[in-house]
Amino acid sequence: MKRRTPRLRWQAAAIMTVAALTVAACSSSSSSSPGSGSSSGSSSSALTASAPGITPTTITIGSHQPLTGPAAPGYSEIAPASAAYFAYVNANGGVYGRKIVYKYLNDAYDPTTTASDVRQLVLQDNVYALFDGLGTPTHLAAISFLNAEKVPDVFVASGCECWNQPTTYPETFGWQVDYVREGKILGQYVAQHFKGKKVAFFYQDDEFGMDGVKGLDYEIPASMIATKQSYVDTNVNIAPQVAALRASGAQVVVSFSIPAFTALLKLNSLKLGYSPTLVVSNVGEDPITLSGLLEAFAKQGGATVNGNQLIDGIISDGYLPSLGSTSNSWIALFKKVHDQYDPKAPFDGNVLYGEAVAYTFVQAMLKAGRNPTRPDLVSAIEGGLPQGPAVAPYAYSASDHSGVTGAYIGTIKNGALVQEGPVLTTDASATGAVTTFTGTQQQAPASGIPSP
Amino acid sequence: MTMQTLPRRLGVAVVTAVIVGFLSIKLDTFRDYQIAEVAYEVTAVAGLTVLTGLSGQISLGNGAFMAIGGYTTALLLMHLSWPFVAALVASAAVAAAAGAIVGVAAARLRGPYLAGATLMLGVALPSVAYAWPGIFGGDQGLNVTFTTPAFLGATFPLTRWQAWVSAAVALVTLVLLANLCYSRVGRNWRAVRDDEVAAALDGVNVAATRILAFVVSAVCAGLAGSLLAIVTSLVAPGAFTITLSIALLTAAVIGGLGSLPGALWGSLVIVLVPTYVTDVATSHGLSSSVGSNIPIAAYGVVLILVMLVFPQGIQGGLRRLLTTFTGPDPKTRPWHDASAAHVTPSADEAPASQHEKEGTS
Repeated sequence: MKRRTPRLRWQAAAIMTVAALTVAACSSSSSSSPGSGSSSGSSSSALTASAPGITPTTITIGSHQPLTGPAAPGYSEIAPASAAYFAYVNANGGVYGRKIVYKYLNDAYDPTTTASDVRQLVLQDNVYALFDGLGTPTHLAAISFLNAEKVPDVFVASGCECWNQPTTYPETFGWQVDYVREGKILGQYVAQHFKGKKVAFFYQDDEFGMDGVKGLDYEIPASMIATKQSYVDTNVNIAPQVAALRASGAQVVVSFSIPAFTALLKLNSLKLGYSPTLVVSNVGEDPITLSGLLEAFAKQGGATVNGNQLIDGIISDGYLPSLGSTSNSWIALFKKVHDQYDPKAPFDGNVLYGEAVAYTFVQAMLKAGRNPTRPDLVSAIEGGLPQGPAVAPYAYSASDHSGVTGAYIGTIKNGALVQEGPVLTTDASATGAVTTFTGTQQQAPASGIPSP
Repeated sequence: MTMQTLPRRLGVAVVTAVIVGFLSIKLDTFRDYQIAEVAYEVTAVAGLTVLTGLSGQISLGNGAFMAIGGYTTALLLMHLSWPFVAALVASAAVAAAAGAIVGVAAARLRGPYLAGATLMLGVALPSVAYAWPGIFGGDQGLNVTFTTPAFLGATFPLTRWQAWVSAAVALVTLVLLANLCYSRVGRNWRAVRDDEVAAALDGVNVAATRILAFVVSAVCAGLAGSLLAIVTSLVAPGAFTITLSIALLTAAVIGGLGSLPGALWGSLVIVLVPTYVTDVATSHGLSSSVGSNIPIAAYGVVLILVMLVFPQGIQGGLRRLLTTFTGPDPKTRPWHDASAAHVTPSADEAPASQHEKEGTS
């Protein structure tokens, strides 16, 4: 080829140089590495930079959250709610005088972005711990890296059983009731209260739905089960599944679904004139989200419905105090914090969740000591945390990294889940019994901040 | 093809390798991770830019080939404990086979129909992981274990090793692609792109040429998927959604369709811009609802600006700037100018005359 010119060579060299400079220029925003110390203790010693992300004045933690994208509606309220609670703690003395700096990055619920976000938080921003990383598929893209780097990975925002693997993932801790436990608690209720009736399952075809069904199957005898129908969250046409549910003659449908699909299940059943008793898992029942979705979906279809009326009577479970019980000390505390620091968001289940999990983190940090290292936080949680805003105690120990152990059954009335019956606790095994929790939940501290 | 072009490209590759090596040691470990990200991105984008820019076939499904490469690597490393290099080659081979099958179908389709068919591939294929969760791990995907070799010592950061491996694979791929583009194969691609009938009359096997382009681009995507697997240590369906396929095409277009340096520019933009903007947005204390949407807006603005200011992509714009400073080059560079003519035929370089030059070279 005779047209080759020497200039091209220079051009190529120039290109590579510019490429190198681009990468280098972008690195200028990277932060310097922190000092590392190992002193720790609960004496009134001076505050030191005892671990990455900890300075004498701040504790920096990070998270990945779906702030945009398909999972954002509802879930995007969680991190700002946690940040609101941290702001409240910071304004009232902080954690041993340190302020919590909460940096959450948007992963848009895309695992590749999560992988990148988490590396940025750990390698560049030097966070002390990863807190409340949201989502099963997303957080799974982060878990090996976090454990390899020995970064505490606390209170994952997902009920997957997979966070409880202390030998494989010693740094990772779940928080909310896992879906197997939830399935067992709902399953026991259904088996006891709907004897002789036909029961059908409707579930999301992934870890969430399958873990839930696993729990249900432990408790509901196979003879009661008429059919099991699954959906994938990318296909909103669930008419065939609902027709199958109706054809099976099931009088009770237990649904492990996200809010959008709980709403679709309800609307599709209405269309077919099919009205079974609905039992819905906690993640799919937030009344405010659900009634909003029902009204929006019906509007798209050219109909007007009253969301609150439609969801009346849905049976579900809750592991945090009911939003409706305004006299509850925890609800009062979180409502107060919400009104002051996060007033634009609706005070719904997502906000309550975000504040409650932030409270738990402060509990753990206070227990980890004045100048904590990263292992201090892990051993603080493994030593067990006192029961906080959740209605049942945590399971945390050296051999158990799952969180809240139980929930209560409730019915949605006038747009809020109303507790019916006692709090039930169980484990995630096939044989562990579902038992009534006999302890009492403590009142929220008057200061709003856990005591060390 | 003269002999001096190969040493020249190798020279550029070696210089780049030295620069990447220097940067990876000089910069912090998160930048190493970004180098690795850019490297696998550029491997996939280079394949796509060749397919679309040179052979004139559009693909909205190259993310699916990345998935094939990623899962092949994960399965081989996990079950058979293959060395990574072997798994990489196997991933390329499996992706090539898939590319050939898709290519046969694609060779019959044109324009929007081809876009539609490849779009379907990009949407449907990752769902296979849900169909056989026992093999592919379902939604959770498969974990990939990749460690630094013992000879580098225990303290050698994994991310740096990942950056080195990814950059090496990317550079080898780019050198091979560059050679291919200037060879007879590349000329056939351009001939078929510009005028199929004329190419056929010249004795070019149009169908085989188009299929080969698909295979080459699938191999690149397969390699990229394999790199993605070891860099993120996870393959899961969520990583290979249609968004990925579209991001690849976006990078190819931003960089300049048909241009290999352009593939690098495009990859740099889509990897670095969102992180950089997020950093800026959060450091200015914007509320999360505003701050989280700014990177997406910035991405859109970059896209629009590049298309307005550099309709031929960043590489086309750079070339125009260079021409402004040094005066027009009397000798045409076939590959670049052909792609430029393809994107926006200009008055002085009509595609037909371009093709004539190509055919006779």
